[in-house]
Amino acid sequence: MSWLGRILIALLVALGLWRRRGDDEGERIVPAGERSPRAELVVLLLLFGATLCAVGFVVIYAIDAIGNQTQLLGLALGLCFALVAAALIVISRHLVVTEDNEEDYPEPGGDQESQAELTEILRESNSRFTRKRLMAGAGGVTAAAMGAALITPVASFGPWLDTDSLKETPWRRGLRLIGVDGLPLFADQIEQEVFYTAFPEHAPRDVIGSPVIVVRLDPAALRLPPERAGWAPGGILAYSKICTHAGCAISLYRTPKFAPTQPRPALVCPCHYSTFDPARGAKVMFGPAGRPLPQLPLMVGDDGILRAAGTFSERVGPAWGGVRGKPRSV
Amino acid sequence: MRSLLFPVRVGVLAVVLAAALATSAAAQPSSPIARPSPDQERALPLVALGAQLFAGNCAKCHGDRGQGLAPSKENVGPGAGGAGPSLRGVGALSADFYLRTGYMPLGDPHDQPQRAPVLFGDREIRALTAYVASLGKGPPIPNPSPDEGDLGAGRRLFTQHCSGCHQVVAQGGIVTGARVPPLQKATARQVAQAVRVGPYLMPKFSKKAISDRELQDIVRYVMWTKHPSDRGGWGISNLGPFPEGMVTWLIAIVALVATCVIIGKRVSS
Repeated sequence: MSWLGRILIALLVALGLWRRRGDDEGERIVPAGERSPRAELVVLLLLFGATLCAVGFVVIYAIDAIGNQTQLLGLALGLCFALVAAALIVISRHLVVTEDNEEDYPEPGGDQESQAELTEILRESNSRFTRKRLMAGAGGVTAAAMGAALITPVASFGPWLDTDSLKETPWRRGLRLIGVDGLPLFADQIEQEVFYTAFPEHAPRDVIGSPVIVVRLDPAALRLPPERAGWAPGGILAYSKICTHAGCAISLYRTPKFAPTQPRPALVCPCHYSTFDPARGAKVMFGPAGRPLPQLPLMVGDDGILRAAGTFSERVGPAWGGVRGKPRSV
Repeated sequence: MRSLLFPVRVGVLAVVLAAALATSAAAQPSSPIARPSPDQERALPLVALGAQLFAGNCAKCHGDRGQGLAPSKENVGPGAGGAGPSLRGVGALSADFYLRTGYMPLGDPHDQPQRAPVLFGDREIRALTAYVASLGKGPPIPNPSPDEGDLGAGRRLFTQHCSGCHQVVAQGGIVTGARVPPLQKATARQVAQAVRVGPYLMPKFSKKAISDRELQDIVRYVMWTKHPSDRGGWGISNLGPFPEGMVTWLIAIVALVATCVIIGKRVSS
């Protein structure tokens, strides 16, 4: 069995030897209840099972190779709660003293005497337990395991300490743009009103600084900041595909059929409709994003293939503390 | 108080309704279609008939030879002329799409084209399409056969390229600046055309992005969304998480709370 099981057994043995002292004080308020070691054993087993399930949740979470992970996670956590509930039911049915009261319990926060009385009632209500410390220990272990299980998914929020990867991008001067189909993007094949997703050649596609969205606008319609002159050869623009709000992939391209009477071209994020203006350096036109999409300067090689003319104008990725500043090419 | 306000409310409602009707009417051109007499129509060859219909119904915005008109102070606005894109090189594909969906003719060049009753007859549409195709070299009318498409691949491609705006069961919705049409009324050919045309604010999809083969799969999927099989039970109009959330909050949780209350009453009695 697991180490947890051994610890539980050890606890059981140790605490079993250390029996509680006999009833000492004089008059009781709550009558001593009938003891039920069998019910206690059942509770212990149920809590043990719940602990196993909670630990199982953490283990399943940690091992990505497990198939049907989501379903197993739900099963583990659900079983854990069900077993704890069962344990509580057994306790309430068989291990808590019940008494028929003629008058109400004293109000809490009353005078000294009734306060002491209340404390005594509470203390005496667990008189049916034979192994109080063991039960409390088992409950504590189960609670700790459940707490661990509940807090584990926080790890999915992203890197905490090692955030360097968020500041890096594979893009650097001279890298060719590769389309989704793995073939390089030729400048003269880029049409207006069409959008393309591209990646840097010979670089991983699944890092946040990798994917870019490529569109072609009428060069006369461009309103890029002066320091970005020459970043859009022939009106071809490339921006990071990662939305600066929550990091979704920009996958909507709003493009008017007849520019004079219809809304301006825009790159739109499908998650919260952050809308960026590709003609103006992807400035935010609408939505929750707080900063423009980082732009990738482009150039056309002698072979007619689109290449990066440098790295992104800013760091790529969703809003977080360290997002301001220049990206580092790797 | 209520009895005093009631007629006012009815009046407000009537005004709002009338305004809504007027706006929807404004989306259609106020003038009826200008066409030759039926005898002439039958006598004219296709392209010649198309040229006549074009001059009478389309040239106001697209120019007398389909060269397009830029907007100016004079030609945009109620009662004025119009502005529209050039039709040279758009081909039969675009003309057929815009005419058979009722997107054209459009009342106001600033409006989004909407699916509307088709105002031209079948021969008139073929004539106009032939005329627009004769203006410049452009793509022909596609002829997809959705039955040969792969439904699963179509769903995957639709999710990837289309569902961001059109919603995954093609129910449409709203994006910044436009209404996204649901696709339940679109024919297989119209879906295939729209992907290549990119009407209004929709992007075009080149053959590099979506091949003809893949387009056939997408069309098959869109045809399926007209009668989706709701394996989960109640489809709730296939509108996605919002109505599903409403069902959860307004029906399921109420039922759960009611159950709890009933259990509580039984225990206490």
